[in-house]
Amino acid sequence: MSPALLAARREEPELPPAGQATLPAGRSLLRFITCGSVDDGKSTLLGRLLWETGAVYEDQAEALQRDSARFGTDGKKRDYALLVDGLSAEREQGITIDVAYRHFSTRRRAFIAADTPGHEQYTRNMATGASTADVAILLVDARKGVLPQTRRHSSIVSLVGVRDVIVAINKMDLVGFEEPVFRRIEAAYRQLADRLGFRTVHVLPLAARDGDNLTGRSARMPWYHGPTLLDLLETLEPDAQSDGRFHLPVQWVNRPHADFRGFSGTVASGQIRVGDPVTILPQGRTSRVAEIHRPDGPSRSASAGDAITLTMADETDVVRGDVITVGHRAPHPAGTLSARVLVLGEKQLAPGDRVLIKLGSATVPMRFEALAHEISVDDLSPKAARHLGMNAIGQVVLRPEAPLFALPYAENRILGSFLLIDPQTHATLAMGVVDAVSGSTDASTIRPAGGSAWPRFWPNGKREQARSVTTMFAFSLAGYVISGSLLGAAVLAALDAIGRPLLHAFLDGLQPQKTRQDRAVTPDPGLDGSGI
Amino acid sequence: MASPSHLRRLEAEAIFIFREVFATCDRPVLLYSIGKDSAVLLHLALKAFAPGRLPFPVLHVDTGWKFREMIAFRDETARRLGLDLIVHTNPDGLAAGIGPLTHGSAVHTDVMKTQALKQALDRYGFDAAFGGARRDEEKSRAKERIFSLRTPDHRWDPRAQRPEPWLLFNTRKAQGESFRIFPLSNWTEADVWDYIALESIPVVPLYFAKPRPVVQRNGALIMRDDDRLALLPGEVVEARMVRFRTLGCYPLTGAVESRADTLEAVLAEMRESRVSERQGRVIDHDSTSSMEKKKQEGYF
Repeated sequence: MSPALLAARREEPELPPAGQATLPAGRSLLRFITCGSVDDGKSTLLGRLLWETGAVYEDQAEALQRDSARFGTDGKKRDYALLVDGLSAEREQGITIDVAYRHFSTRRRAFIAADTPGHEQYTRNMATGASTADVAILLVDARKGVLPQTRRHSSIVSLVGVRDVIVAINKMDLVGFEEPVFRRIEAAYRQLADRLGFRTVHVLPLAARDGDNLTGRSARMPWYHGPTLLDLLETLEPDAQSDGRFHLPVQWVNRPHADFRGFSGTVASGQIRVGDPVTILPQGRTSRVAEIHRPDGPSRSASAGDAITLTMADETDVVRGDVITVGHRAPHPAGTLSARVLVLGEKQLAPGDRVLIKLGSATVPMRFEALAHEISVDDLSPKAARHLGMNAIGQVVLRPEAPLFALPYAENRILGSFLLIDPQTHATLAMGVVDAVSGSTDASTIRPAGGSAWPRFWPNGKREQARSVTTMFAFSLAGYVISGSLLGAAVLAALDAIGRPLLHAFLDGLQPQKTRQDRAVTPDPGLDGSGI
Repeated sequence: MASPSHLRRLEAEAIFIFREVFATCDRPVLLYSIGKDSAVLLHLALKAFAPGRLPFPVLHVDTGWKFREMIAFRDETARRLGLDLIVHTNPDGLAAGIGPLTHGSAVHTDVMKTQALKQALDRYGFDAAFGGARRDEEKSRAKERIFSLRTPDHRWDPRAQRPEPWLLFNTRKAQGESFRIFPLSNWTEADVWDYIALESIPVVPLYFAKPRPVVQRNGALIMRDDDRLALLPGEVVEARMVRFRTLGCYPLTGAVESRADTLEAVLAEMRESRVSERQGRVIDHDSTSSMEKKKQEGYF
């Protein structure tokens, strides 16, 4: 080890033993995302977490010391951000341009952290990183408070269904570690979060660069009595996905020889046992489960998250894209989806466009039927739009042009999330979540869920009851209304009548703020979201 | 719902990825580099398609400089599992006598690995190649997608890569384009070893310590696997108790002194380790961004 490194270590934390201690069986995994504005110190926070939990090896530490001298923004001090800023293009620009996944673990948990870009042009990368996260850490610069970006990032994590957020008010050292500053920002954030339907919101004061309240309590902020960031990450119990009914999107038909015909896929929700009656959607054929094969061999049952292969009691025609569900269910007609989409590509999306939708294991042609409005991620307000450009979020109606089984995202994340793909260039155009599914084939009767506002995505309490009535209505509609557009129209009108007041309630108190730029950083647009 | 353990979650994710590719691509192949990651990758592929056999071939790009024990293990594995094994060596490089000792690691890697891999993929028309790379291995890999789209000349363009929200993969591509797919993206080195222990997966004996003939060269312990490794003045071959954390071409792979001769001992040693697994690889040391550059050139 170089003398310089040794010297630096004296004033900075010791490098704990690296090597990501192997996991005792059953230790849980938490996936989280860090997001914030360009210079809130996300990479510093994550780099320092990696350092202090022993995810950094000696050779990497030495490389860091070299890199800190060359690229560092903090003089001779170790620049923890360099542990996570991987691409040379990023280093030269001094900003993070893509999602990086980092691993570390403690005795209690293993973690996968998604480090995502802060700049507003990278909305799509952030949404990608957030889509698999259990928890979001939102960074706020104590000097600046809640910014448009904070709102934007909060909206995006809410959109993709993250229900637990940790607000890290960073750079407390630059505001003299003053409690009133912290309390003011906390109050402002809680007011914002109130409209986003998070399950839990934890707010804590940090000085990530120096490690205050990161893994150990800060002596410089004795007024703070809450947990450290690592305490929170180790103990937060992520929102358990409601189990619900069994659904298996069929990925592949396994026919190794004439005597075996199995249907392979990963269970999206629920449980199945040998002998259970099943329906294959969208067609509606029925059968019974003969065998269940799990990765370690034949089994009597399987549940959500298992990669399995099922065989049926009779010759059943099942293809990739079908969904096997338990019990007897009516066929699922091609109807329309009310959804929110986020445009990922450079190509604009406009009503009338024909694209492909990939949802579960199905890929079918799809018509972009209607654009209700664009949703401003700055203040969550609806705004009139004729098309959606890159990074725009829109409330839309989509019509699959072949039978497709979908569920609202609030009920089933796997069968309620999708990609839109360009049929010519094969590029991924957009990602989206289903708000409601309709069996009606008459688009004129469809009103997008959410009406004129940002829908409260994960409602609580009384609103939850109201919502579940609405979605159950839509859901049973999908099952029972086969083609009767008249009945469809009536039920949808009822649905709308229930949904609208609810959504207006969410809007109460919502005061759009004027957007302002907090920092003029203009990265090369060509690099936006490119990734690797 | 019984919460599947960490390793079972990673296992299910990898199986999902294998099936997704096989169902949507024309000619997949598994790139088998014989090491521990490849062993896990192969094991997961077999599970994904059970009770049927592996429905695609396994490709080993042989540089001609692998440890002899690796080659023996490869052939034995192929026999034991009934694999359709393809071994490809760059004939031009072979004719020109390219090697790490005479041409240096950069030229050797380019000709015998990168170019050789491209030749093999083109020759057999593979449009999807599974690899065992993990995001925790190296900084530029932390940003690698699970599906990595390559141009018809196999280049990796960071700007053309697709977002991967949820576990939704866009597996469509134009004629001539191909995918590299990394089902172990979310695994760590520790996960790989834990899974090897959990599933009793056979690995090359070089991972376990035993007395081996090594010379000290450029600060690394290089095993003299055959007499192509000519001794430089002052060098002596000593039998030392060593093992390897990663495996590659023997003149480019440093051994570590160790007494860990069982799987349990290796797991225990890894918990104590203070250096990363890639430290033993000469290839990464050229510059900090060297892996990124190699990837753009088409190195896996």
